Amino acid sequence: MPGSTPNVGGGGSPPGDGRASDDGGSDDGVRIDMISGARMEGLTGMEKIRLILDGVREGNIVILEEGLSPDEESKLIEVTMTEISPDDFTGIEIETYPKAEATDQSFLDKLMGRKSAQKLTVIGPANRIETLHKDENLISTLVSRK
Amino acid sequence: MGLLTNLKDSISRVTDGLFAADEPKRIGIYGPPNAGKTTLANRIARDWTGDAVGPESHIPHETRRARRKENVEIERNGRKVTIDIVDTPGVTTKVDYKEFLDHDMDKDDAVRRSREATEGVAEAMHWLREDVDGVIYVLDSTTDPFTQVNTMLIGIIESQDLPALILANKTDLSGSDVQQIANAFPQHETIPLSALEGENMDEVYTKIAEYFG
Repeated sequence: MPGSTPNVGGGGSPPGDGRASDDGGSDDGVRIDMISGARMEGLTGMEKIRLILDGVREGNIVILEEGLSPDEESKLIEVTMTEISPDDFTGIEIETYPKAEATDQSFLDKLMGRKSAQKLTVIGPANRIETLHKDENLISTLVSRK
Repeated sequence: MGLLTNLKDSISRVTDGLFAADEPKRIGIYGPPNAGKTTLANRIARDWTGDAVGPESHIPHETRRARRKENVEIERNGRKVTIDIVDTPGVTTKVDYKEFLDHDMDKDDAVRRSREATEGVAEAMHWLREDVDGVIYVLDSTTDPFTQVNTMLIGIIESQDLPALILANKTDLSGSDVQQIANAFPQHETIPLSALEGENMDEVYTKIAEYFG
């Protein structure tokens, strides 16, 4: 269902509102925000990055249904670097399937600037998420509580 | 008057284009930390200019500022290619100062190094989006290429339509597996080399002239 996003919009607290532990999240377990493509579609690049980083800095795992464009990924790395601080935030772990985007785009898509970025993306705090295995078809990660 | 102005503008655009074509291309050397980017940059710079670009180290994030070596003239098959080499900090999504404590550093030095490293990575990403005309992507052929940083950076480079040459470095080491890199990025040509030992540099220079000339 388009727009169906657990923990995002509608009921409960949206990511980035600072209430992760109030709604039964991070003290006892790991909160996962699954954000639909529809939810991300109306946001600017910086709004998407803010949404992701605010969630991750609270200790949440953010799963994007459709991922980010290469340009947004580049800016996500850049902004993440500016926010790293000793003993507080060491950065992010991000995982997507390796996908040759250029080969997936039609000529018309390229001409119109449409991105075929539809790739499930998992992002979490670097100190809580660890990649165990990754290949073209499988991403296996270990998520720790703290 | 309008006609003359238009004519002048047209001539100006043509001459600007001619001079722009002669300007050195800025080629960014990118890759994850410890892939051998600075070793390669130094190898290229020493081979063609006699100077080095910067210090090399086994400690990650030795390069924390993008460094440029200008007007490196490479001659191949009677053809001369002039490039500016931009040696960039290794790209990563995380930097923890505690990792530097294992390299004989006290906390203050480790924190300073991590702060400089984060600034350097941000700068490298900015260069990639705005300021390079082509990319040499360096990978350590003894390590798994299926990492997120590699996947993202190759995707970013492709989305910018930048010419990219993938180099499988450290072939002098016993665990080197060039084929693994070729399999990870089949849409690109992979050239094996040892920047440290200078192995296969002839092919690297031929490819640089071909890709960026």
